[in-house]
Amino acid sequence: MSNVFELEHVNKTYKNDGKEFTALKDVSLEVKEGEIFGIIGMSGAGKSTLVRTLNRLEDVTEGQVRFYDKDLAALKPAELRKVRHSISMIFQGFNLLNQRTVIQNVEQSLRIIGAPRAERKQKAREMLKVVGLEEKENEYPARLSGGQKQRVAIARALATDPKVLLCDEATSALDPKITGEILDLLKKINLERKLTIVIITHEMAVVEKICDRVAIIDDGELAEIGDVKEVFSNPRSKAARKLVFPSNPFDPSDPDGKLIRILFDGTKSKVPFIADLVEKTGLKVNILSANTRSVGGIGYGQMIVELPESETERRTIIDFFRDGGLSVSEVRS
Amino acid sequence: MSDYIVQTILAGVWETFVMTVFSSLFSYIVGLPLGVLLYATSKGRLLQNRGVNAVIGTIVNVTRAVPFLILLVLLIPFTRLIVGQSIGTTAAIVPLTIGAIPIVARMVESSLSEVGPGIIEAATSMGASPLYTIIHFIIPEAMPSLLQGGAINVATVLGYSAMAGVIGGGGLGAIALQYGYYRYQKDVLWTTVALLIIMVMLIQELGIRMSKKHRKT
Repeated sequence: MSNVFELEHVNKTYKNDGKEFTALKDVSLEVKEGEIFGIIGMSGAGKSTLVRTLNRLEDVTEGQVRFYDKDLAALKPAELRKVRHSISMIFQGFNLLNQRTVIQNVEQSLRIIGAPRAERKQKAREMLKVVGLEEKENEYPARLSGGQKQRVAIARALATDPKVLLCDEATSALDPKITGEILDLLKKINLERKLTIVIITHEMAVVEKICDRVAIIDDGELAEIGDVKEVFSNPRSKAARKLVFPSNPFDPSDPDGKLIRILFDGTKSKVPFIADLVEKTGLKVNILSANTRSVGGIGYGQMIVELPESETERRTIIDFFRDGGLSVSEVRS
Repeated sequence: MSDYIVQTILAGVWETFVMTVFSSLFSYIVGLPLGVLLYATSKGRLLQNRGVNAVIGTIVNVTRAVPFLILLVLLIPFTRLIVGQSIGTTAAIVPLTIGAIPIVARMVESSLSEVGPGIIEAATSMGASPLYTIIHFIIPEAMPSLLQGGAINVATVLGYSAMAGVIGGGGLGAIALQYGYYRYQKDVLWTTVALLIIMVMLIQELGIRMSKKHRKT
């Protein structure tokens, strides 16, 4: 499979009143054809800047962004505009024209590529059908709900048959139920039209629900990248752990206490390990945090437990979990 | 009031109307593109250009700073050059237009600046050129505000047209000056003032209605 985007050592620095601010530090990654690629990070981590380098709404300071082997920075303005017809984008704030009807909004992207009038109307109607809003074509955006507005934006984005769709916090202004519906729609479009999608979000739920691979951005740096299942079941970087288990401080009750992380990889999540431990060995552990989540329909979990002081007891407990087929690792806070 | 005065006032209403309509029209023909340029070339906008912005900005500010009465007098030779005479309704249109252009330009600039950056980003991401973005995204989005500004501009021109009476322009202003001020005919003075107020109110009302009809949010 070929790569849609390739980023090589991308740096982005803003200058403001003589002060330099680095938004992206040495980011290298690729987005593969046909996948849904998530970029997640806390607000201010640089993910919005990152996605804007993909269609050159932001120029990079150093490094290279390639779209199907084309270096975006080398394109002349007219060439860049042409490339942008293949890279559609939807936004948190929808960015629809409020003074234009739904169908006029969808037609706008087709006008830009110079499609003839009759074709525009037909294509726009077809797109509104895809997003389930064919009945609203003559409404104004002000009369639509947030979810409907985003559907119009999606129809507008898809009308030009782009190769990739960039979503900048596209569901962040929506409630969980509507978010779910929009994500289902994106997944459907991804499958039916083989459309590559890049999703920027700060919500783990979004990544879990539809992304194939995920990149975690922390303070402008790429903290971790990999398959969603891999990253979520075994987060290696601190930023990833913070996102996967947001409320877990990893602090033992006693400064010398020892913490371990037990991973459930989906196959063992139905076995009551802690109860079994107490029953079989008589030893107790202190559960500091436990969390399971469904990733692509399979339950993944992680539990942080504090072990007793005695070294032999610790050994017994770790062996008990390992023998049960779970992966156990030590946690240093 | 005698029949003669009534006839004169009616003619004055028509003259004022003609001056206002044409001056507003001409001032928009020049002021609208100027306002767009002021907006587009300012810092952080689509066609950011410090030089162009500074030149237009300075011209606009200087013209706007000259009191209209003084501008009327200063422009007499220019008016003569264009329409061949410096008195009458047609002649008054020239200084009225020149005086209104900078006001229109600033008003247009301010209306366009209200359009959110998200709309512009969306247009750019779709591959729209800066000019396309201005014509098809920014101006339509700013339309309700432009219409509202338009009503204010037309009312301002109407007010200025009354001043044109001082240098021999026609209309209600000249009548108020000739009969009301120089001849102490208070009834004529108050009638013309009332008529001017009614005209301004009608324009405002029309502007607000058009703006409302256009505003979809």
